[in-house]
Amino acid sequence: MTLLEAEHVKAYYSIRNSYVKAVDDVSLSVDRGAILGLAGESGCGKSTLVNTLMMNIRPPLRLIDGTIVLDGIKISEMSRSKLKKDVWGILVSIVPQSALNALMPTKKIVDFVKDIFHYHTDMSRAEIVSMVRKRFEELNLSPEILHLYPHELSGGMKQRVVIAISTLLNPKLLIVDEPTSALDVSTQKQVIKLLVDLHRAKIIESMVFVTHDLAILRQIADKIAIMYAGKIVEVASTDDILYTPLHPYTRGLVNAVMTPESEVRKRGITFIAGEPPNLLNPPSGCRFHPRCPYAKPICKEVEPPIIEVRDDRIVACHLVESFM
Amino acid sequence: MVILEVENLTKIYVVGLLRKKEILAVNNISFRVSEKEFISLVGESGSGKTTTARMILRLLKPTSGSIRFQGRDVWSLKKMEDLKWYWRQVHGIFQDPFASYNPLYRIDRVLNQVFNLIGDIGADRESLIREALKEVGLRPDEVLGRYPHELSGGQRQRIMVARCYLLKPRLILADEPVSMIDASTRAGVLNLFSRLRDEYGTSVIFITHDLGLAYYVSDRIMIMYRGEIVEEGSPEEVMENPQHPYTRKLREDVPLLYRKWSGF
Repeated sequence: MTLLEAEHVKAYYSIRNSYVKAVDDVSLSVDRGAILGLAGESGCGKSTLVNTLMMNIRPPLRLIDGTIVLDGIKISEMSRSKLKKDVWGILVSIVPQSALNALMPTKKIVDFVKDIFHYHTDMSRAEIVSMVRKRFEELNLSPEILHLYPHELSGGMKQRVVIAISTLLNPKLLIVDEPTSALDVSTQKQVIKLLVDLHRAKIIESMVFVTHDLAILRQIADKIAIMYAGKIVEVASTDDILYTPLHPYTRGLVNAVMTPESEVRKRGITFIAGEPPNLLNPPSGCRFHPRCPYAKPICKEVEPPIIEVRDDRIVACHLVESFM
Repeated sequence: MVILEVENLTKIYVVGLLRKKEILAVNNISFRVSEKEFISLVGESGSGKTTTARMILRLLKPTSGSIRFQGRDVWSLKKMEDLKWYWRQVHGIFQDPFASYNPLYRIDRVLNQVFNLIGDIGADRESLIREALKEVGLRPDEVLGRYPHELSGGQRQRIMVARCYLLKPRLILADEPVSMIDASTRAGVLNLFSRLRDEYGTSVIFITHDLGLAYYVSDRIMIMYRGEIVEEGSPEEVMENPQHPYTRKLREDVPLLYRKWSGF
């Protein structure tokens, strides 16, 4: 059962007379109850993709092509006002990358929350406050936090508060975009614990977790999608991505992870040479070919098709057979 | 040969105007750095890592204790020529590279300024700069002539490392120098520090909260917690047989690639 199904989605930023092809023909689905990790380097289009998946699109970004169906509703054809009223916060919520700054500095957390509810429901202010207090208690966050100003909270606490507020209306899908990259490891773990608790308590049904940190995805994701230069290059279960990566880019990402463990030390660390391409003018054929150690002439000329190597495992690489 | 000696270093911040409150940021720490040594100072935010670095760089006056570089007390350097000598030998890379740039000038300036410290080297400056930028994985044409706000955090951090590469100091104090660089290329930038060490005998004090990075690049790891160095040893000793409870907690909290956190 899928909760979200995106097909052949193209979302481009139009700049003067050209396009930055940030999301270029991406098909992706999120199963009900699943946690999908989305990984890739900065500038590969991860953030644009997740915003497009919930139709949070504003010029210069435009949806050029493709359909997005969320919980049986074709949201790719809905107007922004209808999305605001019926979809965002209710069916899907996003915790954006800069969420630490999303809280209004001059407002107490509780006032911020009241405003949100006021927009979506007709509950009274007192009802809202008691409901939010209850939710905070469920999530092991002290309700006292509600009466503080954002600057009185630490980075990790702010992040947890933003996540708790984003899920107050029990959205079916929660998208989190690099929620832990600015935090130190112990705080990181608390934030991820909160996300896992939300999922286990069935407050949210599914989650898309965007990060460039594969070790974090190891902890929570069922499945990982690897994105490179506006394209999805591989989707597989977390174990398959980490133990038997097929796409050379996936392998490069896995081999660059520096976690303090004996397996990694034995294997050694390598890094991917070069930089991701400029999406205004991406390379021909396979977009990874200029950085790929295995590139053959065909890689430069023909864009690799998406190959379903197994149920639930797709790869976009001409040379995939030689890696299996 | 020891090049840096830190002894009983303490920093107390006094905050508040009327009701003064003291914060003990760094509490009586001592350590030595040898030539060609790569040391990591690991700890959570607020543990005093950055304060320590700022005192060594002469940006923040210690409350007590001494810092000696090549036998000379760093805080008694007063004459301009002595200070220039120090800046030439000891170089800092900061956590937030945006703060290291003047927003009104193109980034070429921070690279050109290096030559004021080195003196006239006779060679073609522009080609040296281009070579240094390539070393840190940047395309010179994409960054030269730009203003700081036009570059990403990762690009700004790489430029600071390129600056180090031009200067070739004796000691680098790098405070989270790769935090905004993608994991996939981080190792490449860190390799550059190792190369400076191998080729020019540079010592590095690498400040990070990432035990994983420290584990791979350093000769020695010092764990800092609440202003004190609570544990010190080789990467293997610290990872495989941590003694202090804080080190143990840190090790448990680091996400690993081939093992899940307990309870997840």
